[in-house]
Amino acid sequence: MMEELADLGADIVSLTLGIGAIFLLYVAISGACFAAWNFASGFRQKAGDFTSRKTVTFGDESAVTANRTASIVAVLSIFLIWGAFTGSVISPLHVPGPFIGETSFTYTAQNPAGETDDAKVHIIVHPIGEEPPDPALPASAEEGFAKDDILKVGAWRSKLLRAHRNDEGGGEDGFRVIAVNGQPIAPEQSVDLDDGAVLMTARGSLSFTPNKGLQMEAIWLPAPEAVVARLIEIANEGYQNVSLGENLFWSLARVVIGFALGCLFGIPLGFAMGLSSWFRGWFDPIVEFMRPVPPLALIPLVIIWFGIWEQGKISLLFLAALWIMTISARAGVSGVNISKVHAAYSLGASKWQILRRVIWPNSLPEIFTGARVAMGVCWGTVVAAELVAAEKGAGKMIIAASKFQQTDIVIMGIILIGIIGYGIDILMRMLERWLIPWKGKA
Amino acid sequence: MTGLVIDNVSMTFELPGGGAVEALKNINLEIKAGELMSVLGPSGCGKTTLLNILAGFLAPTAGRVDLEGAEVIGPSPERGMVFQKGALFEWMSVRENIGFGPVMKGTPQGEIDDKVRELLGIVGLQDFGDKMIYELSGGMQQRVALARCLANDPDVILMDEPLGALDALTREKMQSLVLEIWKETGKTIILITHSVEEALLLGERLLVMAPRPGRIHTEYQLPFAELGVGADLRETKKHPEFGPRREEILSMIWDMEEEIMGRKEA
Repeated sequence: MMEELADLGADIVSLTLGIGAIFLLYVAISGACFAAWNFASGFRQKAGDFTSRKTVTFGDESAVTANRTASIVAVLSIFLIWGAFTGSVISPLHVPGPFIGETSFTYTAQNPAGETDDAKVHIIVHPIGEEPPDPALPASAEEGFAKDDILKVGAWRSKLLRAHRNDEGGGEDGFRVIAVNGQPIAPEQSVDLDDGAVLMTARGSLSFTPNKGLQMEAIWLPAPEAVVARLIEIANEGYQNVSLGENLFWSLARVVIGFALGCLFGIPLGFAMGLSSWFRGWFDPIVEFMRPVPPLALIPLVIIWFGIWEQGKISLLFLAALWIMTISARAGVSGVNISKVHAAYSLGASKWQILRRVIWPNSLPEIFTGARVAMGVCWGTVVAAELVAAEKGAGKMIIAASKFQQTDIVIMGIILIGIIGYGIDILMRMLERWLIPWKGKA
Repeated sequence: MTGLVIDNVSMTFELPGGGAVEALKNINLEIKAGELMSVLGPSGCGKTTLLNILAGFLAPTAGRVDLEGAEVIGPSPERGMVFQKGALFEWMSVRENIGFGPVMKGTPQGEIDDKVRELLGIVGLQDFGDKMIYELSGGMQQRVALARCLANDPDVILMDEPLGALDALTREKMQSLVLEIWKETGKTIILITHSVEEALLLGERLLVMAPRPGRIHTEYQLPFAELGVGADLRETKKHPEFGPRREEILSMIWDMEEEIMGRKEA
């Protein structure tokens, strides 16, 4: 236990430092762009609006609006950084990549008799997936009892070399490699070279690792163009016999059905809680208890009860939307100005008329706010539920791809999921502006 | 017996922490049909409670209220309300707001349209019928509230500080409008206000209430409302009786407030 806590502590420290370093670096990039933008705006005509005349902007919320130039540059910078670390064509600058090409090192072998001889290891570091031809060995290769070797290794990989295998007497006890490039080496020691490093294993073999550089290998992070290429491929051919559109459609369909069911039951429930003390008391403990339970925590139970098919996922989304819609409808009803209700009664409205013409429209803004939250939660939940079990769906696609290390599909899926989630929110906001233009203007 | 009869109305309610508040005690009042009455008093004197009882939103603990011989037991379109603010329906246009009462009654649409047009003219909003409520200024919104109340043709109009949230200039215009409407329609109007001047200008009859327990302190019969109809209200304020009355009532309320403060400190 103590040991685990100590490990956790070390993890937290290294995580914090790592996040801090990345964050600082990114903020520094942002700061540099800001300085450049400021410099450039010296040549531009100043805006003439009211805000531009404000001398106090630090702390004036109304004077702070999103700088759209900054937004665009921020998105571009993300792609440039991504490109720079993956050797992409979209980025003009790249961080050092892995070593690729020919290199060599010399090792010194000692036979049981105590004689030494040098031999060269000719190395070809090639991109993964390629198989280059063997290089021609120089005439000196066969001189002495130590013979030259050829080593072909993929970039980012390392390879074990039994250098003594082709040497005369290499199989005898006492035959060993004592130096690399003139530097002495012993088991579990390594020697740095210009293009990589040589490590001697515990049993005396040499392992060569070419320099990895700072670029990411495609199985960890593919280049942006690889993701785009994969998107085009999947859009045309589908993935695992399911088209991209079908995957996304099923995720969306589940969200829409689950959300609609949540509204269908949640809104009347919220209204009942907002209009009747009995129902408020009756449902209060249930709602207040269920609300903080994350929908994802219900997945195991839902699977046990409903199985892994549509019924299970839709029930889960229904539950995710239900409490949010209940609470927002309740808040909407509670938020009705009593003057409006009194006025409506004095104008001769019946209870039903008040519900339909006063309470319902008056609670629409709250209901819409809830609906936006519920849609967001549902979208997150459906992806997670599909990760656990699904035949089709955006989450299913990326979890399947991750099992084959198809990182490009995973990243493509994540980006699509993000775009769709954002699109849903924009749609809801447009709907809100259209349906309840009076929101925030009372 | 016609008009509004308030017969020995009391309102007492228990406080959650124990003890009781006598918001109103033994109120007796007869308001004739067509009378314009303003009610004035320091906060906590029960004037809003009284108005809510007249409107039928609250049931008194003792006594009863009758309108034209029928007991008031709940809200009804016979007793229209005009609130200070926030009582208009933002999701409806001005026209729909004014037509709300007739729609509730199931009046044919043609009649509603005529009625709404007429009322828009009376309150001076001819060109604003299709605007949404949030597009109007505060003064215009109160005009809509007045028109909405009138659309139902109530016997009594109850006004709960209807002009309290308006700026001084708009307020003066609206005061003239209230007088005009009173004269033209002959409605009984009961108006609660915090402003002594407004109470004097808009009350044939002025009721000063006192707190703890809420009761009627003094009653005045005043000429200013009648004088003010169709006239410049600033002229009315120059009436020789106006100044002394205002001072008298102000010091009366001042004394009440002092008494409350003193009692709190003791």
